[in-house]
Amino acid sequence: MRVRALIVRIIRQFIHDKRTLALLIIVPLVVLSLIYLVFDGDTYQPKIGAVQVPDPITQHLVEHHAEVTVYGSAEDAEQALAGREIDAIVRMDAGAPRVKLEGSDPSKNRAAMAVIQAAMQDLAVLQSRAVAVTLPAFEYLHGGPDMSAFDSLSPVLIGLFAFFFVFLIAGVSFLRERISGTLERLLATPLRRWEIVAGYTAGFGLFTSLQAVLIAGYAVGALGSLMVGSFGYVLLIMLLLSLTALSLGTFLSAFADTEFQMIQFIPLVIVPQVFFSGLFDLENISPWLRWLSHVTPLKYGADALRDVMIRGEGWSAIAREVFILLGLALVFMAANVLALRKHRKI
Amino acid sequence: MSREQAACISVRGVTRKFGDKEVLHGITLTVRSGEIFGLLGPSGSGKTTLVKMLAGIDKATGGEIDVLGIRMPKLQMLSRIGYMAQSDALYAELTARENLAFFGSLYGLRGGRLKTRMREAMELVDLTAHLNRPVSAYSGGMKRRLSLAIALLHEPEVLILDEPTVGIDPVLRKSIWDELESLSRRGTTVIVTTHVMDEAGKCHRLGMLRGGRLIAEGTPEELKAASGAASIEEAFLHYGGVRA
Repeated sequence: MRVRALIVRIIRQFIHDKRTLALLIIVPLVVLSLIYLVFDGDTYQPKIGAVQVPDPITQHLVEHHAEVTVYGSAEDAEQALAGREIDAIVRMDAGAPRVKLEGSDPSKNRAAMAVIQAAMQDLAVLQSRAVAVTLPAFEYLHGGPDMSAFDSLSPVLIGLFAFFFVFLIAGVSFLRERISGTLERLLATPLRRWEIVAGYTAGFGLFTSLQAVLIAGYAVGALGSLMVGSFGYVLLIMLLLSLTALSLGTFLSAFADTEFQMIQFIPLVIVPQVFFSGLFDLENISPWLRWLSHVTPLKYGADALRDVMIRGEGWSAIAREVFILLGLALVFMAANVLALRKHRKI
Repeated sequence: MSREQAACISVRGVTRKFGDKEVLHGITLTVRSGEIFGLLGPSGSGKTTLVKMLAGIDKATGGEIDVLGIRMPKLQMLSRIGYMAQSDALYAELTARENLAFFGSLYGLRGGRLKTRMREAMELVDLTAHLNRPVSAYSGGMKRRLSLAIALLHEPEVLILDEPTVGIDPVLRKSIWDELESLSRRGTTVIVTTHVMDEAGKCHRLGMLRGGRLIAEGTPEELKAASGAASIEEAFLHYGGVRA
């Protein structure tokens, strides 16, 4: 069986080339860990400078987890703000509080504003001496109060890593086959064009499956990413995503003449997909750009992974994405068989 | 068998265009069964383009090519043809044994048969001692020999070698030519491209290519006699329209 011969060869090549194997398997885990460390920290505690602020306000700020520094004069506080020692200054101006924000980091601005507003609200409630102030009770349909930024990002990230590393390695391997002349040599044997594509898909598929299991298992098991739905669905989506990356990478390698040109596909093919994958909120994107999101495989994978991992949805919610990914992979594979016609007509 | 042996390869009016550029202009030639046929010509004369079409990788723009009586290109024919490309198409990270096993199984060799053929082919090119070394550790000449071993592995009826002796030392070059001679005696048809004139003298018959045209065809002796030249090189210059 000729496809088997190709699979065996790809396995042997990986065994001899441990560095590439490491790129495929260890590097995604390392990068995922780094992102975990960056995003899973506790919520930011804003540093607030207080200038002649009444004690009750200061106390309430501290209660809402702000780091409050009291400054004797406005100048000192301004200096601290300019030196980025504090994120905001609160001072009293004709009885009303005035806030000045450092302003260059939106997330710090929001944190400081939220704390100050909460403190002032508490104060208002106390001063009005209202008998029954009903605070709203919060409920969550999905997630929960303890959901971290990493929980929300990790479905997209594991999809992205599975996609990116497989795309790169499969693309470059297939390209090398062409540059080194071994593709021509293969085409001088009775190997059919579809057998080449099938062999590549199956051979690389083994390693990408291993990668998918490791990445998803590591994110959920070791990094404690939120995982409400079925792990089996996560694996299915990851596998389809890497299959799409594999077929897209090998197909695009037909349009590159050197490894360098293959790398040039990263800003063209990978980076836009990252934007549309759900890492960023795209509610307000211009409508003429929105259609792009419908042609990016990563978006379908990431949407389905989010549905399963965060919202705990089952088959009915992800079926559409699963079939679209499968369809894209098949289209790219067929395109691959056709692209090989360039090298041998039969 | 008659004096005129059966035709193994028949090329009739073959042209090949890449875009608008025609690189082969109506080549017609015949290679007989069991002979060593040399395609002689400078680089860029169209030798590789022609042998790729004989090997079934490329398709002629015009004209016909029959190999063993079957119109090319034809997938089934590829298992009856052995091809050694000009560049060493080997997987550098794999060992010689793994390379042989891979190509062997593409031709349907397996088990004991594959082992025997691997041993025989490697003995022939004198690489038995290096069977388990990765190809990345091979010298240029060793890679060339391994490529030859791979082309011989499935005992093809037609062997097409594109510049087989480039980078091979004279001693080994002689042993490879001896082997080609012995393959030919056993009935294998061998087509060799070369731009080395003294090597051309070892071929049974020659086709001289220049600028995509076949300028002469015949045995080395015939070509020398007909052009009144003392060497193949002089004969080539004669047919190329350059007076020595």
